[in-house]
Amino acid sequence: MDLLTNYILHQADNALILGHRNSEWTGHGPILEQDIAISNIALDLIGQARNFYQFAAYRLNELSPSEKITEDDLAYLRDEHEFKNFVLVEQPNGDWANTILRQFYFSSYQLLLFRELSNSPYPELAAICEKSIKEIRYHVKWSSEWVIRLGDGTEESHGRMLNAMQNLNPWIAELFQPVDFDYEADETEAGILPEILKDEWYQRVNRILETATLPTISSEKKSMQLLSGKKGVHSEYLEPLLAEMQVLQRTYPGSQW
Amino acid sequence: MEANPQSENWPLWEVFIRARQGLDHKHAGSLYAADAQMALENARDVYTRRNEGISIWVVESKNIHASSPAESGEFFDPANDKVYRHPSFYILPEELKNI
Repeated sequence: MDLLTNYILHQADNALILGHRNSEWTGHGPILEQDIAISNIALDLIGQARNFYQFAAYRLNELSPSEKITEDDLAYLRDEHEFKNFVLVEQPNGDWANTILRQFYFSSYQLLLFRELSNSPYPELAAICEKSIKEIRYHVKWSSEWVIRLGDGTEESHGRMLNAMQNLNPWIAELFQPVDFDYEADETEAGILPEILKDEWYQRVNRILETATLPTISSEKKSMQLLSGKKGVHSEYLEPLLAEMQVLQRTYPGSQW
Repeated sequence: MEANPQSENWPLWEVFIRARQGLDHKHAGSLYAADAQMALENARDVYTRRNEGISIWVVESKNIHASSPAESGEFFDPANDKVYRHPSFYILPEELKNI
C-alpha cells in the first residue's frame, strides 16, 4: 500500500471510528434533542469516512487493477493493526462530558487540518476536505459551547469536565506526531506535517477552556506515549469496537442493505 | 430514553422555520433547551436535518400568550354570520381576470 493511500486511510479511519463511537449514543442521549445532535454528528463523520474510503479504494484499484477493493472492504474487513486512527477517537464514550471533550479536541484539529488540505494539489482530497469543513465548523461550535456550558456550569459538571480532561489529555500529543505517511504527504505536497497546526490548535482550545473556567493545557508537557494509533498500535478499546462494527460483514461477506 | 428530568430544569421553546426565501416562518414544533443558542442548535438538528429550512426563530413558550379555548365562543363565533366582511360584494370589470 502506498504511503499517500495510508494518509487518506488515516483521515477515513478517524472519521469512521469517532462516528461509530458517537453513534453508540443513539437512543441513549441525555435528552432527545442532544441524542439527535450527537447522532447527526455521527452521520456527518461517517459521510466523511465514506468519501475518504472511496478515494482510497479508487487509488488502490488504480495501482493494482486486478483487485476490486470497495469502501466496504476498507471499513469492514481490515484488522485492528491496519486501522490508522488516533488513539483519542477510539476512547470509550464515558459520560457526556467525556464525549463532548473528545469531539471538541478532534473537531478543532480536523478544522485546522482540512483548511490546509483543501488547498491540496490532489483535487479529490481538496474537494472532500472543502465539503467537510462546513460540517466541522458546526461540530467545533457545538462542542465548544458544551465545553463552556459544562465547565462553567455546576460543581458536578465542572468536575466531570476535569475528569474528562484527565482521561483524554494523554492522547493529544499524537495529533501532532508525524509518521511515515505524514512525511510523504508533506514531501509530495498532498498534505502537511501536523506539527504546523500545533500552536493554533493549543491557542484555540485554550481560549475555550479558559472561558469554561477549566485549566488550560500546555504543549510543552512531555507525554509518555507508547501507543500510536497512526502506526496501528491501538489501545485496548479499538478491538471490541471493531468486533461490533464489523460482525455483519464478516459473518455474511458481501451482504447489503 | 429516561423520564424527562430536563422538563423540570430546561424551559420549553417553540420553533418557527422558514422553508424558502419569501415564505413566512411557520411553527414547526417545540423542544427543550437551556438557552436561546442551544434552542437554535437543537432546532437545527431536530427540524432541519432534511433540508426543511433556511431560517429558524425560537421563542420561549412562556412568552407566547394564547387565546383560551373556553372563550372561543365570544372570541370567534360572532364573525360567523358577517359575510359582508368578505370582499365578495364588488362587481369586477371583465378585464380583471386574476383577482
